[in-house]
Amino acid sequence: MATMMFWEAIRRALDEEMARDPMVICMGEDIGVAGGTYKATQGLYDKYGPERVMDTPISENGFTGLAIGASFVGVRPVVEIMSVNFAWLATDQIVNTAAKVHYMSGGQIKAPIVIRTPGGTAHQLGAQHSARMEKVFMGVAGLRVVTPSTPRQAYGLIKSAVRCEDPVLINEHELIYNLKGEVPDEEYFHPLEGSEIARQGKDVSLFGYNVSVHWCLQAAKKLADQHGIDAEVIDLYGLNPLDRAGIAESVSKTHRAVVVEEAEAPVGVGAEVMAILNEECFFEMDAPPARVSALNVPIPYNHTLEKAAIPNADDIVKAVLKLFGK
Amino acid sequence: MTSEDKRLLSVDVKKRLLHEMLFARRFEERCYEAYVERKIGGFLHLYPGEEACAHGVLEAARVGHDYVITSYRDHVHAIKSGVDPKAVMAELFAKVTGCCKGLGGSMHIFGVEQRFMGGYALVGGPFPLAAGIAKGIQMKGGDEICICFLGDAANNQGTFHESLNMAKLWNLPVLYVCENNLYGIGTRIDRSTAVVDQYKRVSGYNIPSQQVDGQDVEVVYAAAAAAIDHVRGGNGPYFLELMTYRYRGHSMSDSNAYRAKDEERMWSKRDPIIMLRDRLIDDGQLTQETFKKTDDQILEHIEDEIIRFAEESPEPTMDLLQKYVLVENDPWVKGGAH
Ligand SMILES: Cc1ncc(C[n+]2csc(CCOP(=O)(O)OP(=O)(O)O)c2C)c(N)n1
Ligand SMILES: [Mg+2]
Repeated sequence: MATMMFWEAIRRALDEEMARDPMVICMGEDIGVAGGTYKATQGLYDKYGPERVMDTPISENGFTGLAIGASFVGVRPVVEIMSVNFAWLATDQIVNTAAKVHYMSGGQIKAPIVIRTPGGTAHQLGAQHSARMEKVFMGVAGLRVVTPSTPRQAYGLIKSAVRCEDPVLINEHELIYNLKGEVPDEEYFHPLEGSEIARQGKDVSLFGYNVSVHWCLQAAKKLADQHGIDAEVIDLYGLNPLDRAGIAESVSKTHRAVVVEEAEAPVGVGAEVMAILNEECFFEMDAPPARVSALNVPIPYNHTLEKAAIPNADDIVKAVLKLFGK
Repeated sequence: MTSEDKRLLSVDVKKRLLHEMLFARRFEERCYEAYVERKIGGFLHLYPGEEACAHGVLEAARVGHDYVITSYRDHVHAIKSGVDPKAVMAELFAKVTGCCKGLGGSMHIFGVEQRFMGGYALVGGPFPLAAGIAKGIQMKGGDEICICFLGDAANNQGTFHESLNMAKLWNLPVLYVCENNLYGIGTRIDRSTAVVDQYKRVSGYNIPSQQVDGQDVEVVYAAAAAAIDHVRGGNGPYFLELMTYRYRGHSMSDSNAYRAKDEERMWSKRDPIIMLRDRLIDDGQLTQETFKKTDDQILEHIEDEIIRFAEESPEPTMDLLQKYVLVENDPWVKGGAH
């Protein structure tokens, strides 16, 4: 097992897939000569050339559509959209074409495209650079959505996504590109569906994805150290489809649930997980499920206000204590 | 260029094109009736008046070898690309024998075996898809090209400019064909578009272009042949503007009230089928009687073969409802084939 940073894990996956299959290409703004905003494609331009590591114009809907068209005829494009905020411009091609073309052609066309894009709030990037779009994409039938929380997941999810025949959107996060973690030395393919137990526990299930998994782990430690509560942390790396069975299984054991999302509550991951809990384990619950979400506001620039808008480990601890009547 | 300059097509080919265009006309008119009879649902965009565009261009292409992609006004492009008209009609009737098993509908005709890459409902959507298909062709090193048919109003979408830029930047083998019928639904082109001559709009991207009469199939053929030579020859994209007119409303829900009757009358005098018919008659290659007989045969064929097939075909079964949302049994979803 080698320890590497998140961005290095992505680069390794892309490099391996490009070396294996000449039809794998990378596209995006500043990914070639400049090596990518988060270095995820560093060195690939020199190795594979401008035809396969394409610096695109700032035309998100255009180049995403181009990649989708190329995927119809055997190309395996990995598109980097510099920030998820700019993916709004490409939602037309992602939602209207990639997610639907296999279905509406009666199975004749496949769009095996991978879209990598970092979302989330970072450090005072302001309202137009702090979007969390996972809730938008996870509601789109025909589009797979995954969101890695560790370098190992990032590596393995990209490897599987490149080979998968469906369009896959990989929701990354600006804050964890430098996160270090272990990645297997041998090739590793992470499942695109499912969830992982990030920490075993028996008293309450904390559901997180991407950065919020890390907040959940911090909260679990506090709960154990200071309150004697043994929290289980479930990493929902697969957002579409969600791991219905895995969610139910954990809560059937703990009988309590808190969903933690970086996005605003309405129509989000929390709402969806709570609906699943309702449907699958209503009578197993010892307390109503809770969610910890961002405030429903555009993200403010001011540092203090920004922090107040986004949940943290303490908010999770509070929500858990409430479930226990503390 | 006028029709007199370019008479490149043999008599046999002209006769066949006349037959095909007449068939396309009758096919679309029959769709109209079927829609009124509620056999066809949803949005239905018909092609009468514009037949010379698809036929002239695709006659110059290598059908089944070159890729074709277009908008929602797609039946005739599909048929000329080699998709079985029965499968098209069955698709319109939402039957399982339709080319998309009844899951697509009028705006989404697909025939991937024939390299007809589909009809798409979002105006401007196919521009980048076509460039992407061309990118795939380029990577594989084949001599195919991608032909993208879209309307005039589509050129006001950002994807038009984004795609032209990328197609030229990367020297992609794509031919953009603009079927300029002067309207985007009810809005006349000069009311939506600052530069009315569409072929001029691509000069900013250094893409060669031409505007020709889209009602004369021979003119279209000649212009398309030159354009296709350019693209196939590795010279990058080309933009061909065809001046044309649709006879009916934009779709079945459009009353067409916004157009002057004079304008409609003027264009009906330049009907692509009648012009070719009369030319063949003048040249002594056709008689009015044989034309009439052909027409009767076409009508009969549409009724007895195509409509009957669509009528008698079964509906899709419930197992299809969820079958194509995602690709089934993909081993990589589970984390690899091991
Ligand atoms: C993105 C988008 N906006 C609006 C529409 C509604 N719409 C359908 S066709 C059309 C006009 C398109 O005109 P043109 O491109 O000239 O093609 P034509 O129908 O004349 O062949 C409009 C506005 C749509 N389908 N997609
Ligand atoms: Mg038009």
